Amino acid sequence: MSRAWVFGDDLDTDQIVPGRYAPFMVGQDKFHTYAFCDARPGFAKEVRPGDVLVGGENFGCGSSREYAVAALKKHGIGGIVAKNFARIFFRNCINLGIPVLESAEALAVVHDGDAVTLDLALGLLRAPAGEARLRPLAPFAQEILAAGGVVAYLREHGDFPPVV
Amino acid sequence: MPKTLAEKILSRVAARDAKAGDLVIAPVSRVMVHDSVIDAVIAGLRDLGKERVWNTTKVAVFVDHAAPAPTPVVADSHRVLREWVRAQGIATFYDAGEGVCHQIMVEEGYCEPGTVIVGSDSHSNSYGAVGAFGAGMGATDVAVALALGRTWLRVPESIKVTFTGRPRRGVTMKDAIMRVVREIGTDGARYACVEFHGAGSLPQGDRITLAGMTTEMGAKAGIVVATPEAPDWLYPDRGAAYANEVTVDLSTLEPQIAVPPRVDQVVDVSAAVGQPVDVVFLGSCTNGRLVDMRQAVAVLRGRRVSPEVRLEVVPSSRRQFEDAMADGTLLALSAAGAVIGSSGCGPCLGRTGGVLAGQEICLSTANRNYRGRMGSPDASIFIGSPYVAAVAALTSVIDDPRPYLEADDEEFDALVARRRLERAGRGAASVRSGDRSRELMVAAARIGVAAEIDD
Repeated sequence: MSRAWVFGDDLDTDQIVPGRYAPFMVGQDKFHTYAFCDARPGFAKEVRPGDVLVGGENFGCGSSREYAVAALKKHGIGGIVAKNFARIFFRNCINLGIPVLESAEALAVVHDGDAVTLDLALGLLRAPAGEARLRPLAPFAQEILAAGGVVAYLREHGDFPPVV
Repeated sequence: MPKTLAEKILSRVAARDAKAGDLVIAPVSRVMVHDSVIDAVIAGLRDLGKERVWNTTKVAVFVDHAAPAPTPVVADSHRVLREWVRAQGIATFYDAGEGVCHQIMVEEGYCEPGTVIVGSDSHSNSYGAVGAFGAGMGATDVAVALALGRTWLRVPESIKVTFTGRPRRGVTMKDAIMRVVREIGTDGARYACVEFHGAGSLPQGDRITLAGMTTEMGAKAGIVVATPEAPDWLYPDRGAAYANEVTVDLSTLEPQIAVPPRVDQVVDVSAAVGQPVDVVFLGSCTNGRLVDMRQAVAVLRGRRVSPEVRLEVVPSSRRQFEDAMADGTLLALSAAGAVIGSSGCGPCLGRTGGVLAGQEICLSTANRNYRGRMGSPDASIFIGSPYVAAVAALTSVIDDPRPYLEADDEEFDALVARRRLERAGRGAASVRSGDRSRELMVAAARIGVAAEIDD
């Protein structure tokens, strides 16, 4: 079981890690401790590996800064489920090995603090009030995620997964 | 199947019949890297086990985001970047003061039309100004592109934006693209390519303004159709399928203002008249070119900026800087009281130059007005054209620039005086040396600028 952290629409990268706490400002070992420090004080202390973020439209919009995703990775976020994602954030998540899944109904089913199960194989997010179906990822992205990210995949295979 | 411009380019580079929604592996013609992500990019290459970039002649590196270095930490990062560039043997390197990566990429011809370019900056969409598929990506994607010379892309759907008519004097393509952002919204072009029709014959600078700002709609790329640089094959097919179509009639377009803190919160200037302004920033990859500076000079007519306002001008590249020096434009701006910064991103992203204090209100010609973008999270940023910026610098309030451009000298001074008076008791008045500016204005006029400038 993992905990769901629920956010709204247009969650931008500055809310995930404010620019003033960028790695080059506070250090590579600290920046993740500022995750959601303005938007959700206490997050960095309470979050546990495997927890799931749930959001609305345009999740991760704003800058191309990868450290927003890197901070979530450091906390061991098990996956992000949202209505849809900003494009650079989406790529950054796949590249760093965080499953990003679109779901039209997750926000309606999942409440903040719910104990949830993210079932990637069945494409479901289970919550006490019901289940949210997840749009399946392209096999290409699934392969990169299975390897733990694009760097791990390329180190192992030397090239991108085949595209269909 | 008839193809959009994005489908045509990606089909060609990936050597397959690609349509919207397909995943392709695309060779890149160039990779652009800048100072603010260099540490993460170098780490990414190391993690990939790659010591060398795939092709040193196809990599362009820039020091522009926090340049010249404002702090010792940034200076160290720049030093690491320079050492890396030297060790790799990358010749296409532009150090601090050369200008904004996007301006140089386009004006120096590093963007091959009809090819894919990966950039470490979200405004890499700008390369669509000359028909290239430029896409901004994160550090790991950039490291992968540097290692392999290829990237993966989902072929985007396209949104067709058509411009008709000609803008009236005092209205620019900045106003036009802000009108489009107003229509489409900050996420209305998410994953999509914005295809511009009716803009191919515009000056290159206007096309950079258009393509670069597609980022503010969430777009993956923004490409101008039928530019002079484009090869014959580079056109969208008749009957290509678009996810959305927007038409803007330039002939009835009003100057546009983006109201903080959203880029898509855009109003006609008439709705913002009288809004006090403390700082004016004229610069960025969106509007930091000679033509933008000349538009400002045309408004200023040799007058000093308001004592309530600080005007900062940052040319977008050394070429633009020197052209503006040679024709007296920079002299005219300096004489009007402007701070002239060295070419680069300047305060656009709040890292260097004249960043904003809490409660300060800025009118910027750049592209983003998020909270905290240019300094204090308690500052506010309005976005407008260079004409609007110059009027704000002159009067200390937002106003429609067109009456200023049409007025005779007497009407002009009356207009300025009235607006300054209407701004009640805000801001800290500063005293500037008045006498020397007159000599400088005379000198500027002698080399042919100042009041007679026609944009």
